[in-house]
Amino acid sequence: MDFSLSEEQQLLKDSITAFVDKDYLFDVRQKNINSELGYSSDFWKTFADLGWLGMPFSEADGGYNGGPIDLMVIMESLGRGLVVEPYIPNIVLAGGLISKLGSDEQKAELLPKIISGEIQMSLAFSEPQSRFDLNDVITSAKKDGDNYIVDGYKAVVMNGPSSNNIIVVARTSGNQLDKEGLSLFVVDPSAKGVSLRNYSNVDGSKASEITLENVSIPASSLLGSEGTAFSALEEVIDLATLAISAEALGIMEKMNEITLEYTKTREQFGETLSSFQALQHRMVDTFMAYEQTKSLLLMCAAKLTDKSDDAKKAVSALKYQVGISAKHVGEESIQLHGGMGVTDETNIGHYFKRLTTIRAIFGNTDYHLKRYSAL
Amino acid sequence: MNLSFSEEDLKFQGEVRSFIAENYPADIKNKMDNGIPVSKDDIQNWQRILSKKGWFAVNWPEEYGGTGWSITQKHIFQNELADANTPTLVPFGVSMCGPVVYTFGTQEQKDRFLPGIINNDVWWCQGYSEPGSGSDLASLKTKAVKDGDHYIVNGTKTWTTMAQHADWIFCLVRTETTDIKQQGISFLLIDMKTPGVEVKPIITIDGSHEVNMVYLDNVKVPVENLIGEEGAGWNIAKFLLAHERTGIGGIPALKREIRRLREITSELPLGEGFLKDDDLFMDKLNKLEIDLLAAEYSELRTLAAMSKGGHPGPESSILKIKGTDLQQGLSDLFVEALGYYAHPFMSEDDLISNEGRIGPDFAANVMPHYLNYRKVSIYGGSNEIQRNVIAKAVLGI
Ligand SMILES: Cc1cc2nc3c(=O)[nH]c(=O)nc-3n(C[C@H](O)[C@H](O)[C@H](O)COP(=O)(O)OP(=O)(O)OC[C@H]3O[C@@H](n4cnc5c(N)ncnc54)[C@H](O)[C@@H]3O)c2cc1C
Repeated sequence: MDFSLSEEQQLLKDSITAFVDKDYLFDVRQKNINSELGYSSDFWKTFADLGWLGMPFSEADGGYNGGPIDLMVIMESLGRGLVVEPYIPNIVLAGGLISKLGSDEQKAELLPKIISGEIQMSLAFSEPQSRFDLNDVITSAKKDGDNYIVDGYKAVVMNGPSSNNIIVVARTSGNQLDKEGLSLFVVDPSAKGVSLRNYSNVDGSKASEITLENVSIPASSLLGSEGTAFSALEEVIDLATLAISAEALGIMEKMNEITLEYTKTREQFGETLSSFQALQHRMVDTFMAYEQTKSLLLMCAAKLTDKSDDAKKAVSALKYQVGISAKHVGEESIQLHGGMGVTDETNIGHYFKRLTTIRAIFGNTDYHLKRYSAL
Repeated sequence: MNLSFSEEDLKFQGEVRSFIAENYPADIKNKMDNGIPVSKDDIQNWQRILSKKGWFAVNWPEEYGGTGWSITQKHIFQNELADANTPTLVPFGVSMCGPVVYTFGTQEQKDRFLPGIINNDVWWCQGYSEPGSGSDLASLKTKAVKDGDHYIVNGTKTWTTMAQHADWIFCLVRTETTDIKQQGISFLLIDMKTPGVEVKPIITIDGSHEVNMVYLDNVKVPVENLIGEEGAGWNIAKFLLAHERTGIGGIPALKREIRRLREITSELPLGEGFLKDDDLFMDKLNKLEIDLLAAEYSELRTLAAMSKGGHPGPESSILKIKGTDLQQGLSDLFVEALGYYAHPFMSEDDLISNEGRIGPDFAANVMPHYLNYRKVSIYGGSNEIQRNVIAKAVLGI
């Protein structure tokens, strides 16, 4: 049994860590998230140049054949740096679905541009009523000659505002909650009938509300075969759940470090905060919350790599734990900072905000507890 | 044992309720109900309405304009205000500075400062905390040096809530350096318009401007603005902590909010039904409600003991911890209820504009509230400090 990273994985980790420590400075990040785009296109280009964008794709698709463990390494390191550039929506969600389901033409058209950072993409899967259920889809697509007519509404679509193409989950048959009958379409957001309402999320990322009204989409934009998208969608969201859990772990590790450091320097009553036993125990507990999460993350990455039968269950176990630990570590870090924890100027509050949104993204603790029990 | 209100109390409750129904301005109510931030004018407007009725400085002795209400009546009044979702009364003047002035001030000081507070003409803020002195307040360093008939004040106050609106600030300042740090502290009132007073905003993680740094640079303060003796500041601060002990848990507002959340579970769609069909979520809501019920009855026990002439002791620390725990827990349940729709961030301008909100109407304030309410376990004596107090004062360790 060996939990250590391979030499290449360690190198990957070191290179992202070096980038984050040297270039991804907090005030630079803050400037970028407050810009129109919401992130840095230069940094995105850097990610492409260093091969991070191509990591999860097969060599045939122009990538580096990376697996779940590589993805985990990338996301954990990006998490430590509180990197806001939209890796998950582009690479894991959209890129993942295209490489799984795309025709040769679709792959040839889109994947090289995703890997080179030339285009931005996203996946529109959630709807106002669906919460975290991937099968709960009202948005409909009806065949009309050589086209499909799509109608519906997609909620909180990550990276929607910058996307050149959006993959939309729509129902081509069946009832609202059926797993059968879901199809994916590559939609041009400037097409007639598509309207986006763009906004910032509290964690600094950008998202859109998307209304689709009588949108005519050529049948050539169907990704995969009609009505059978669910299992690929579920697999990709599971991998994205691993990715975002790794990001959360990086954030928790960093928050624990920042908090420990702060309590070692801040003095009250003539002593450092770290000398109060009541606070020492609290920091031991947040450290343990981090450790528990890390163990499940490694387990889950291994099971996804091996394509184990219980991989799905491992994903839900992991995300459940992430939800619990993120709340615990996030809230405690703020509390131990006192007033400094609630200011916008210090980085701790921004880590907290991202960790808090991650609790819900791809399913909160309740959702994954239920899924775990049902599997 | 009899846990119900008397006939007379119920009549009083009805009177308060109809007064609020008839006098609570619709525009302010609309803002409060829709999560649009209320302005300084709104707050003053509402406080003046209460003041005109004689219901503003409810806890003050009658001779200074108080109500003379029983403890139960005060409790009922607080409940009704919260129930109607009226703006929280700003405590710095009416609950803090006022009681200090009428308890420790000279007749001249009472005549000078109390009317401004009770009529809402003067907005006060509290200058206790400093960058180096938070939990350990007595270590404060802001210096006031006597120079003829003035003090020259130098130092930095921080986390000063609503200082941007304030006309005056009451400060703890060091008038003498002593071996025991609690000695040598004085209670000084400073006009914010005095040269050398500078206010700088601190933006908090929810994006709001509620707290400030207040820089005091060679500020000349007349000696007649000193309250009590020189060096008696710490005792005054302790008196204030002991004052206004009830209501600290914010229980009436919690009851309103949990009721609201329950309504929301029937409104928020989930699949083909509603959030209320989600057992795991409803379990959490019900557990929180039970916890709240326990806290409510703890508060009532304290009130009953006080009505019989008892003094509220460390119970207020218990209520502070429990109440703030519940406030934070409930704010988190609202976040969970919304799923992804807790994430969009709306600026104040977005809230007021007509473009419409993202997701359910109430969603815009949910995450900011969760983030903002991290403060309640930090200020007013952090929950760790409150636990230290209970350990010492109740458990005797
Ligand atoms: C939103 C907001 C509004 C405020 N408004 C005002 C205001 O209007 N006027 C004003 O004067 N002040 C105000 N404050 C300041 C507030 O009173 C202080 O933040 C509080 O006293 C804590 O001090 P600190 O922030 O320096 O934290 P610190 O004292 O540095 O504490 C940091 C952490 O260490 C813990 N800790 C400290 N000592 C001990 C110990 N002995 N044992 C165990 N744990 C310990 C604390 O509980 C906390 O978790 C406000 C604060 C906030 C956040």
